[in-house]
Amino acid sequence: MKVLMFGWEFPPNNLGGLGTACYGLTKGLSAKDVNISLVLPKKCSAHDHVNMIIADEISLKHKKVNLKYVDSLLAPYQTEKDYLHTYKELIRGNPKAGELYGKDLMHEVEKYGYKAELIAHTEDFDVIHCHDWMTFRAGIKAKKVSKKPLVVHVHATDFDRTGGNPNQRVYDLEREGMHAADKVITVSNYTKSMILDHYGVPEHKVHVVHNGVDFEEKPRHVLKNTDKVVLFLGRLTLQKGPEYFIESAKKVLAIMPDVKFVIAGTGDMYSQMIHKAAEMGLAKNILFTGHLSGDDVDLAYQMADLYVMPSVSEPFGITPLEAMKNNTPVIISRTSGVSEVLTNAIKVDFWDTDEMTNKIVSVLSYSPLHSTLVENGMRDVKKLSWDIAAGKCIDVYNQVIR
Amino acid sequence: MKNICFYFQVHQPYRLKRYRIFDIGKDHEYFDDELNKKILHKVATKCYLPTNNMMLRLIHKHKGKFRIAYSITGVALEQFRDFMPDVLKSFQDLAKTGCVEFLSETYYHSLSFLYSKEEFKEQVMKHKRLTETLFKQSPQIFRNTELVYNNELAHFIESLGYKGILAEGADHILGWRSPNYLYKPKTTETIKLLLKNYKLSDDIAFRFSNKEWSEWPLTSEKFASWVDACEGDTINLFMDYETFGEHQWEDTGVFHFMQALPDELLRKNIGFRTPSETLANEAKAELDIHSPISWADMERDLSAWLGNKMQHAAIAEIYNMEQKIKKSKDKKILDDWRKLQTSDHFYYMCTKYFSDGDVHKYFNPYETPYDSYVSFMNVLNDLAFRLKPGKIKISENPSQLVSA
Repeated sequence: MKVLMFGWEFPPNNLGGLGTACYGLTKGLSAKDVNISLVLPKKCSAHDHVNMIIADEISLKHKKVNLKYVDSLLAPYQTEKDYLHTYKELIRGNPKAGELYGKDLMHEVEKYGYKAELIAHTEDFDVIHCHDWMTFRAGIKAKKVSKKPLVVHVHATDFDRTGGNPNQRVYDLEREGMHAADKVITVSNYTKSMILDHYGVPEHKVHVVHNGVDFEEKPRHVLKNTDKVVLFLGRLTLQKGPEYFIESAKKVLAIMPDVKFVIAGTGDMYSQMIHKAAEMGLAKNILFTGHLSGDDVDLAYQMADLYVMPSVSEPFGITPLEAMKNNTPVIISRTSGVSEVLTNAIKVDFWDTDEMTNKIVSVLSYSPLHSTLVENGMRDVKKLSWDIAAGKCIDVYNQVIR
Repeated sequence: MKNICFYFQVHQPYRLKRYRIFDIGKDHEYFDDELNKKILHKVATKCYLPTNNMMLRLIHKHKGKFRIAYSITGVALEQFRDFMPDVLKSFQDLAKTGCVEFLSETYYHSLSFLYSKEEFKEQVMKHKRLTETLFKQSPQIFRNTELVYNNELAHFIESLGYKGILAEGADHILGWRSPNYLYKPKTTETIKLLLKNYKLSDDIAFRFSNKEWSEWPLTSEKFASWVDACEGDTINLFMDYETFGEHQWEDTGVFHFMQALPDELLRKNIGFRTPSETLANEAKAELDIHSPISWADMERDLSAWLGNKMQHAAIAEIYNMEQKIKKSKDKKILDDWRKLQTSDHFYYMCTKYFSDGDVHKYFNPYETPYDSYVSFMNVLNDLAFRLKPGKIKISENPSQLVSA
């Protein structure tokens, strides 16, 4: 079976869970003898422009995945404002380069679609698999020229990203992609019900494939920290609920003044959150690390006594699984897909910062709670393999391949 | 002649309310009165009242030939007295027939035997006094919480003057032997051991309404024929009383089954004896049981209450507080502390089958075992605060806060 897949980020250059999910899924699929050509947007260096499409490959446990980079300014989790900023920076240095890219985000998504069409012409494949809205236009075009079935995979909707006030143009594109698709995969029942409610997709087209988690042995770091550490790790955006983390921190500190709260990640609320912490007089106890990648991520989980994911709306949420893998117990928002697959985690409403405080103080104070969560949590996590997720994807492919 | 020995367990705990970190030092009311009243009312309506009524009619109908036994915990009796006196009266009416025996147990349905013999004895005596007051009879037979049992318990109970003790007829202690005889516990003189026939008991208590079961539907005639085919002196059918109407709903036909059962059995010359009446039989052999057994889950051990670190730590901590609680001479504190010993609190913290979702969940007022542990530990910290008021502190060892 051959799959033409469109993604928007891939490790190690990923900002969010989408890249991790894409990596895990391609690995799971190639282990089951699925051939994948993965297309990713990438800003190419000047002399590469002529090629427009750069072929590469990566090895995943002796299997090969063909990577194709399409020259594009698209970047994961980009907003229209972010894009304009990037574009203006670019043409300031090199006015001619402006002709190569779209004048705004939507225009660039369209251009990316044309390039996808070229790839679809030359590639041989059985099914097209797209991840989230930026790639939907590419998927639709690829389907048109190839007449092959299209599967769109929804990792998040603009309702999640914006706290319920989606950008109309993004919404339109999401909807168009879901309706043009032969099948829609969602990462949770939570997201499935969201697209049934808000996008009018017929239920029979929608399949839930929960994300998995990778179990590669990683070096363990020996850390000596005396103060208790509570970690937030994620993009600092409305969707992730960082302000609820800070409000809970304040309440916890009133009871346990020595706890350190670490906020790892960056995003459009970065400076706002730093100001908020300072205004509340918590600058000494709330530490901001900025964006973390690679080993630093595992280091952060291992340093923490507790990981908190207070997301307002989280279609899945891979980070709690990463934390649990590193023997760190988790408190997660009920409005998350991952809460469907975890039983040995503490679940709270993101807005209930009293309850979040109650549970944070309890995990930090009562060590049997900490260790029982860690031990049983490991069992939960070990059940969630990408192998299972890949198997479910193949079932979906088989339903649409004629 | 072979006899049936029925014993029904009646228990309702004082469930804790959701008690948060912020409540420590401020709120000393730990129990969820509303919820407890609501559950009591529900179970009374579905089980206690109609079943007691049925039992009373059966006793009258069979003129002394139908005989049963109950063990009702002190905390259940207290709640009947305070919230549903009708239920208490209906048990007293049963007691007056002379066909009903009441057994001894710990007043608080606790696991105190495993942690403090002194506290255990006090609870057994307190329960005995209450039984004597309410039912005008002095218990001769002891059953421990959840049928937790070992040699040591039998020895201790014998020293308190009891003539018989109940346990689970678990396969791993019986081996090839039958539960349908009396046994003599090792290290004791005269006390006799009655073992639950778990197969026949569970046919009624668990499998009765299971349509996947090859024997479904279970009729009283069929059940009587199984009993008839059994060898032995006494078929001990021990179960939760809530089997009638609560675990097995009325529409499963469980009441009809029970109404017809005495006739079917008596017709086959199988009679009924209460536990102390079975003591006329000889003990068949000596049984040597070191590790505690119980009637819970497949494992029939203590793992439902003492399976993970939270459960071990919480229960150890409550008994670590014993001397300080008793020294305080504060009746309200003593009563709260004892109500916290009820084994249900530790059962709610069980993570054994949590991931699979099962029977443990059905009885759990908390969303997760972690929630129940958090409320419990917060309450223990408040109890420590009451013993030693001052700055509010939170510790996984609240007993140490008191001595510090």
